[in-house]
Amino acid sequence: MFGKLTWDAIPFDEPIPLVTSLVVILAVVGTGIWVWRKGWWPALWHGYITSTDHKKIGIMYIVLALLMLVRGFADAIMMRAQQSLAIGASQGYLPPDHYNQIFSAHGTIMIFFVAMPFVIGFMNFAVPLQLGVRDVAFPTMNNVSFWLTASGALLVNLSLFIGEFARTGWLAFPPLSEKEFSPGVGVDYYLVALQISGVGTLLTGVNFVTTILKTRAPGMSYLRMPVFCWTSLASNLLIIAAFPVLTVTLALLMLDRYLGFHFFTNDGGGNSMLYMNLIWVWGHPEVYILVLPAFGIFSEVAATFSGKPLFGYRSMVFATLAICIISFCVWLHHFFTMGAGANVNAIFGIASMIIGIPTGVKIYNWLFTMYGGRVRFNVPMYYLIGFMLTFVLGGLTGVLLAIPAVDFLVHNSLFLVAHFHHVIIGGVVFAIMAGYTYWFPKAFGFTLDERLGKAIFWCWFIGFHLAFMPLYVLGFWGATRRMQHIPDASWAPWLNVAFFGAAIIGLGIALTVVQLLYSIKTRDQRRDVTGDPWDGRTLEWLTLSPPPHYNFAVLPDVHGEEAYWTRKQTAIKEDRLIDEPNYQPIEMPIDTPTGVICALFASICGFAVIWHIWWLAILGLIGAFAIFVWYAWQDEHEHIIPVDEVRENARERRRIRMEHLHSLSQST
Amino acid sequence: MVPRSRAGLRFLGGKTGLLAGLAVPLAACNRGILDPVGPVGGAEKTILINSTAIMLAIIIPTMLATVAFAWWFRRGNNKAEYRPDWEYSGAIEMVVWGIPVLTIMLLGGITWISSHDLEPSKPLDSPVKPLTVEVVSLDWKWLFIYPDQGVATVNQLVVPAGTPLNLKLTSATVWNSFFVPQFGSMIYTMPRMTTRLNLQADRQGIYDGLSSHFSGDGFPGMQFKAHVVPPEQFAAWANGARSNGLALDAKSYADLSKPSSYVKPMTYGTVTPGLFNAIATKGGPPPLPPVPPATEQGG
Amino acid sequence: MTASEAPAIGLTHVGSEDTGLGHRGPESKSIVVPYGFWLFVLSDMVLFSALFATYASLAHATDGGPTSNQLFDRNLVAIETMALLLSSFTCGLAMIVAKRGNMKWTLGWLLVTGLLGFVFLFIELYEFASMIGEGAGPQRSAFLSAFFTLVGCHGAHVTVGLLWIGTMMAQIWSKGFREHIMRRLLCLSVFWHALDIIWVAIFTIVYLIGTLP
Repeated sequence: MFGKLTWDAIPFDEPIPLVTSLVVILAVVGTGIWVWRKGWWPALWHGYITSTDHKKIGIMYIVLALLMLVRGFADAIMMRAQQSLAIGASQGYLPPDHYNQIFSAHGTIMIFFVAMPFVIGFMNFAVPLQLGVRDVAFPTMNNVSFWLTASGALLVNLSLFIGEFARTGWLAFPPLSEKEFSPGVGVDYYLVALQISGVGTLLTGVNFVTTILKTRAPGMSYLRMPVFCWTSLASNLLIIAAFPVLTVTLALLMLDRYLGFHFFTNDGGGNSMLYMNLIWVWGHPEVYILVLPAFGIFSEVAATFSGKPLFGYRSMVFATLAICIISFCVWLHHFFTMGAGANVNAIFGIASMIIGIPTGVKIYNWLFTMYGGRVRFNVPMYYLIGFMLTFVLGGLTGVLLAIPAVDFLVHNSLFLVAHFHHVIIGGVVFAIMAGYTYWFPKAFGFTLDERLGKAIFWCWFIGFHLAFMPLYVLGFWGATRRMQHIPDASWAPWLNVAFFGAAIIGLGIALTVVQLLYSIKTRDQRRDVTGDPWDGRTLEWLTLSPPPHYNFAVLPDVHGEEAYWTRKQTAIKEDRLIDEPNYQPIEMPIDTPTGVICALFASICGFAVIWHIWWLAILGLIGAFAIFVWYAWQDEHEHIIPVDEVRENARERRRIRMEHLHSLSQST
Repeated sequence: MVPRSRAGLRFLGGKTGLLAGLAVPLAACNRGILDPVGPVGGAEKTILINSTAIMLAIIIPTMLATVAFAWWFRRGNNKAEYRPDWEYSGAIEMVVWGIPVLTIMLLGGITWISSHDLEPSKPLDSPVKPLTVEVVSLDWKWLFIYPDQGVATVNQLVVPAGTPLNLKLTSATVWNSFFVPQFGSMIYTMPRMTTRLNLQADRQGIYDGLSSHFSGDGFPGMQFKAHVVPPEQFAAWANGARSNGLALDAKSYADLSKPSSYVKPMTYGTVTPGLFNAIATKGGPPPLPPVPPATEQGG
Repeated sequence: MTASEAPAIGLTHVGSEDTGLGHRGPESKSIVVPYGFWLFVLSDMVLFSALFATYASLAHATDGGPTSNQLFDRNLVAIETMALLLSSFTCGLAMIVAKRGNMKWTLGWLLVTGLLGFVFLFIELYEFASMIGEGAGPQRSAFLSAFFTLVGCHGAHVTVGLLWIGTMMAQIWSKGFREHIMRRLLCLSVFWHALDIIWVAIFTIVYLIGTLP
């Protein structure tokens, strides 16, 4: 009846996961009750959960990512604590089976459920606004994508309380991840959760490529798109080309585990090297799926806070597309030590270095964007400069790893761990924090506290360097990764420094929560009434903060590379806005519970597959199909916003903007 | 033993030595990959330091310029010229593409040459006859078979100084990676697959060895010691080992292959011929004991 | 930004000359929806590419078991192929009559398409069953795992296509040829033709090359 599921699946004998799960469950239930008591459920249901508004979906992605960041960080600090304690004779406080779950969960969560949702969240929030349109190409599918991602996150976290998570590392290399060596449900949780969220990500890719290529404001030709849109386009093209490979790879491993196939097994002619190739054919582009939008955010920040257009826009676009293409030609650098031969290693090594060229160009272009500017040191600018200083060194260690002869010495070592945290924290996380600060006022109508923001920056910047520079040293000493126990007592000082650094990052994350609460509390003093708090250059700053559901009463007409800046300067010079256009009623997609119900069935089906409860899995599939047919049968997918409402809102916005621009024109 | 390109790299090392010394203060530490005891590790360390130096020559000025530009062009600085429309300069574009392209061309050359010189499967150039060692990773210990000497060891690699090592590696269970940091190159051990690695240790001593690819719960206990001894002493050691009573045959191999970790070093006096090939092709010795103890990784 | 452009803020592009892609503003749904679906089909092609790569690298990993030459029957596959190719033709006919708004013939041709799909699927399942009966199931060797997965994944797509055809027929019947129904019908036909293309590749790479002497 319940497949492999028994009471033994609950970790009654392991206090850490048990207490954690109970606290989490209490917190979730408590929050639910609190929201219910406040009477906010209907607003939450209609305003967010079932919303097809790209801005709301973007916010939900970012909330999910922030929650998962806390979980992923908890894993990180536990690992650092274990490695500081389990030295020499001591085995620390985590037995191998628990420690191995923690580092596997840390990697899986940080990549799939923190970095990806953050990046996709920002794309959701900003891309349609920057393109000057009202929504993405497929608003309902967008909601489905989000909830499928959330469903994957739910399953990964459920493994804490029911059963176990994978103990194989975040890419679950076979044969270790095969049934023979990992008979438990941990790898199944990993596989099923990633399959479900992977479908969500693929749909996002389709959605955004269509949005960017087919729905842009009048006049917004390709070479007038903001760089963030370009990098989002590149990132989503990579999603379309890479995620199906992940789906196949994980599916083949599932077939091995569930039906006794022989893709990657030791016997039956299976070939585990094939998995290594396939997973990295996805895995390397994945790095660029994350980092390209990060570059896009930094491009927006650099131009805005330097008060100058981005230097070398076309060069930036070209570099982005070059990275997009070359990223598919380098996967083998993840396993030079497999013994593929000198020619193969050398070619992939050189291809990997070639990616460094467009990346280097980008650094210089940001540098020259500041040159001749009037640099304002707001929080996003701190992150940009912190990023430029950090990322070049991360790039250096990356190029070292791309030289096969050097990789033979430092592959899989803590040097490697330090390198990819260098580029992911220094690149992606810094960009995420910059983007969070930058677009927060657009999303909620008030800014985040600057002083706390700067404190958070310093926590990340100092914490990162303290946490990961020691790992480079240990890597030189021959320390390898994923060690539950440290054999050499002389490593202790460096590991302790790393723990201290991680604690500082933890302080930064805690301060992020404080900053959010404090900013909400003092929101009346920090209102963004103009819709343009940073003196922005792209179209999202044209509309109000927060923007109306339909973003723009009339789609803006684009002239030149910096659509909004051009408009703003003309308006300031002439001290008047454009003539009032002829407002039309607006057709917008209606809210739908399709996404959340679909994801509920996906979660049920996934859970059933993990525990071999086949009848429930079939029920889940039927349910998901039924909700699709139900949705397809609806005749009304849009509702009309009457012209009076549009006109009224637009006139109010014009009044506000006129006041703002008038004051600007007086001051210049 | 010094191929032409390595000499070339050493020449580069001489020129950039000062910079490297400044840039990598860690190079002074006498341990790990920064203190190689053989030609392979030595050449790789040289490439590591040279490449770092080449890149730092570009990166340090870039970092300084980042801070300088941001500070000089700060909003409050009235001495800085504000050029709100300056967004393109062909000359600068040329330079910013040119610098990375030239750097990568240089590093690409180093990569191409060094990948061929230091290819793990390439035998080392030496007048001394190489010693063949067959390496098997088990759950979770290392088995070293000396086919010419007819002996085997667990978690203890004994090699003669100044003699090239010709390693053939495989795994009986999951992937691992054989690595003695001070010798140089690591390489994967994979089931049903044989990889090759050529190393050499010139300095006598006892060095740490490990698995550098995660392989399951007993992984941190997969450490071993590599003893580099004078050639005469190695011969004496092999003779002594042969008089040791333990035999490595199908039965004792079955015992050995049961999962265990932090295993104390031990020695076998005789080895069933062809054991390594049997493991590398079929996963175990020919008369398979009733279902090789298929690894119970604690619940 | 040029000087002549600067004052021209406002809705100047309405009725103005089209100077490049995207200049007219967002495309209509009849463009956007099929475009997105094409992208999805593209991603499906990538998925099959990964399966083809897997098959190619494992095709000789028979582990002492049966090889492709011993297993495949060209004649059976020829019939299978004809059924699927013919179904693509009838799917095209269904699209033509749907554009003319002919309910009866649209449903009829869709039904024929579905039936031919069933014939294809039936032959495939028969082939699978007989192979498994001979002890050449997917658990036998890596080659057979790859074969069953590649061909089975295509079969699963055909199954989804059949479900879709059924749902689509019910929708056309109950709602008529509305705009959004026509868009879905277009997507369905793109999907069905794409399955054909993938089958041609399977036929060539798996069956034809696999039965070369």
